[in-house]
Amino acid sequence: MATTEPRVLTTVSGVASAGDAPPARPMVAVRSLDAYFGANRAVKDVSLEFPEGQVTAIIGPSGCGKSTLLRCINRMHETVSLARVEGEVFLDGRDIYARDVNPIEVRKQIGMVFQRPTPFPTMSIRDNVIAGFRAAGRGAPSRAEQFEIAEWALQRAALWDEVKDRLHESALALSGGQQQRLCIARALATRPRVLLLDEPTASLDPISTQKVEELVYELRGDITIVIVTHNMQQAARVSDHTAFMLLGDLVEMAPTSRMFTSPGDERTEAYITGRFG
Amino acid sequence: MSARAPRRSVRVRRARSAVMVGLTVAAAVLATLPLIFILALLIKQGASSLNWAFFTGMPKPVGETGGGMANAMAGTAMLIGIAAAIGLPVGIGAGLYLAEHRNGRLAWVVRFLSDVLNGLPSIVVGIFAWQFLVRPVKQFSALAGGIALAVMMIPLVTRATEEMIKLVPDSLREAALALGYPRWRTSLTVVLRTALPGIVTGALVAIARIAGETAPLLFTAFGNQFWSTSLTQPISALPLQIFSYAISPYEEWHSLAWAGALVLLALVLVISLIARFVTRSRFGHGHD
Repeated sequence: MATTEPRVLTTVSGVASAGDAPPARPMVAVRSLDAYFGANRAVKDVSLEFPEGQVTAIIGPSGCGKSTLLRCINRMHETVSLARVEGEVFLDGRDIYARDVNPIEVRKQIGMVFQRPTPFPTMSIRDNVIAGFRAAGRGAPSRAEQFEIAEWALQRAALWDEVKDRLHESALALSGGQQQRLCIARALATRPRVLLLDEPTASLDPISTQKVEELVYELRGDITIVIVTHNMQQAARVSDHTAFMLLGDLVEMAPTSRMFTSPGDERTEAYITGRFG
Repeated sequence: MSARAPRRSVRVRRARSAVMVGLTVAAAVLATLPLIFILALLIKQGASSLNWAFFTGMPKPVGETGGGMANAMAGTAMLIGIAAAIGLPVGIGAGLYLAEHRNGRLAWVVRFLSDVLNGLPSIVVGIFAWQFLVRPVKQFSALAGGIALAVMMIPLVTRATEEMIKLVPDSLREAALALGYPRWRTSLTVVLRTALPGIVTGALVAIARIAGETAPLLFTAFGNQFWSTSLTQPISALPLQIFSYAISPYEEWHSLAWAGALVLLALVLVISLIARFVTRSRFGHGHD
């Protein structure tokens, strides 16, 4: 029961946001999306757009459907039993829920990082980084190519200097924060157009969290990032736009600076000022 | 008085605790005592017949001293090989299916039947194999024995594989899918590979379990006094040779049976140790 129609703001209109992002076309557009777990409707008629090359944060209290919405963007939601999706999601203008679209192809173009680091325990650091690239099946990359890609991705994930001397070691030997950056490197190695981050710092210490946030800041421009977080300060620090969700509804979406100074909806204000959550 | 009352109750509780701990220690010792007794008895009775000839020699006719069980050991190795060649792929495949389709109706049925099969008396498996593999061709064979052992092995491997795969966190499966891995590739290169040390342990435990099985071989492999490596001929096996020597009336054969039992136990012990080692190396590196 949405009491107000969600306001959808797709571009930055005059208000300066983090980094003074210019108006951008939407890389991902969600249209009238409903997501279900069995009979439970976790995401309710949500429409919003994620501008190309910018960072959009989705905030909201636990259980508001923010992670579910994120998982609809790369068709991961449907991998859970009894889960289903209605509505449309456009990736660069193409409906990824169209009948002729293979979800595997969608996932190759959209990287995802989870709440807990998920390095593959049987693989070395380097093999972890190129695991997704290998699966993308762009022929069999030569050893030199693999090394090159691993270095490039680890550089981008700001992990290279810490691991360059032990690329053959088990990924489990890394600290939690390093493992998370390794997972970001693994997602970047396939050169995705969109990167989805599902509470990527929820299990990390403050210093590791800061490194991941800096990384998100660095990556903007080249890649469209959607970050789900229950940490409002984090959303304020890293994002150009912020969407607020509550009980499956998108309450509002606005440039981050405006969202945190003059929210349009009283529920948003109540949440960001800490009156509930 | 009020100061003494709690002190006494503490003493009573301590005493009760000591008694209970003592009882569980006694139970633990009792549980391992049989193995120690068996090992001691086997060494006492069998060690004297253990010599180089026992491992290299063939059985000798009654009346002649010495003789070995080379053919029985080769037969046991071959039967284990056949059983593993059939039982491991089927068992691991079935376990993978059960773990990846946890809630399906077929999974429920397979899981239930596999538990029933696991509890099936081994003599029943032997009779079954005789009925379908020996009787139609009127020929005891190594192949029939190996298949009977595989039937014993499959439910063990299936359930061990399922349990080990269930231990692989769902987050790894999700990570692989999110990278664009197809389902089959996720199962093989991430899930199965992560669970592999556990599955190897399960397989070794299953092999140790069937290595000493006698009943499934009685009417299938049958036993053989001569050297044979043919799939279609009767073949000897350590437990069969022990059985036939043990029920014989000859002293000489009795001590050979003891020695055979000692070798069989040593084999099982070694396999179990390897299984332990594989499990340990699984947690050998880094922090999880």
